[in-house]
Amino acid sequence: MPAVRIPPTLRADVGGARELEAEGSTVAEVIEDLIERYPPLAGQLLQDGELAPFVNVYVGGEDVRTRDGLDTEVRNGDQLILLPAMAGGS
Amino acid sequence: MEARATALPTSLLDLVGSTPLVELPRLSPKPSVRLYAKLEGQNPSGSIKDRIAKAMLDAAEASGELQPGRRLLEPTSGNTGIALALAARLRGYPLTCVLPANVTSERRRLLELYGAEIVESPGAEGSNGAVRLAIELAEHEPSFFMPFQYANEANPRAHYEGTGAEIAAALDRVDVLVAGLGTGGTLMGAGERLRESFPDVLVAAAEPLPGDEVMGLRSLDDGYVPPILDVSKLDRKLLVSNAEAVSGLRLLLDREGVFGGVSSGAVVHAALRLADELDDGVIVCVLADGGWKYLSADFWDATDVDTAMGRSVWW
Repeated sequence: MPAVRIPPTLRADVGGARELEAEGSTVAEVIEDLIERYPPLAGQLLQDGELAPFVNVYVGGEDVRTRDGLDTEVRNGDQLILLPAMAGGS
Repeated sequence: MEARATALPTSLLDLVGSTPLVELPRLSPKPSVRLYAKLEGQNPSGSIKDRIAKAMLDAAEASGELQPGRRLLEPTSGNTGIALALAARLRGYPLTCVLPANVTSERRRLLELYGAEIVESPGAEGSNGAVRLAIELAEHEPSFFMPFQYANEANPRAHYEGTGAEIAAALDRVDVLVAGLGTGGTLMGAGERLRESFPDVLVAAAEPLPGDEVMGLRSLDDGYVPPILDVSKLDRKLLVSNAEAVSGLRLLLDREGVFGGVSSGAVVHAALRLADELDDGVIVCVLADGGWKYLSADFWDATDVDTAMGRSVWW
């Protein structure tokens, strides 16, 4: 079962958890499973059926936007990381 | 004594760019993959940001937007501020930097020594907090001129005309470009220039995994994507933890004697990961700065690097 790392910004929506287990073999399925259990996440993670602009999702340490987006495959034991989009650039 | 035939530079700003490119054979995992490092720490104020500081001031002066009497304002966690402080001093502008409260003391000290005024933003909001506060300050004080590296086209252009062009001129083949992701300027500009010379080049970003302590946004709506960054132009975007960045930094130092900053370590970590996927090829790593500004940080001897680094913004 994939593990999902939850950023501080979203923890209030999932009862304070830092990490959750979720069902699914694609990013879309994992997110659907999370939203089913924690409905407030819907407005945070998705917008018009796509990933919201200020949320980044990583599978195997890679941004799914440079892989197959919501269709990116998620395998058992993979860690999925959710992060807010942050300004860098020193 | 006879005068020399070649004129010497009359300003430190004339020495921005044209940085050395060095091969890293001791770091390469296999002889068929050649790794190169572009040593941006050799710029006058010690980082790649000298390129964009100079370019942003040149562009603003040329357009007439920046004139004597205005004060520069910029959100930065260090290098851009230091680069702007040098350029601003030489061009005669005062500078205010909006800086997250938890950056290393070297960065703050350097800014003070160059004469910049510092306004602190809440450390828990990371760089996003500095951006937010700088935008607020600029709205209230019209005499400020904010170059704003996150949205200034002179930023990627400096890397198109400089960083990317220099790499393209130095090498006959480039398969992968790896650079740290901050504003996106290096990856967008140098990436575009390298694609012109090497159409199949893979443009890869090394991105920091921030500690919980610097992700104190109220909601995801407080997130920020720099306007100059077009993620669709990145081929890969790899998340690098602080511990992985430091292990890359140590490898660089131990194997090649290159003393890099935290983002350089992250770039090397990402480059080695991509090198594993190649049978043969040429990988160019853009190393944004040296390690000097991180000497006071407590990660060098830490057993738990991620905990030691989680409270601060590193690049």
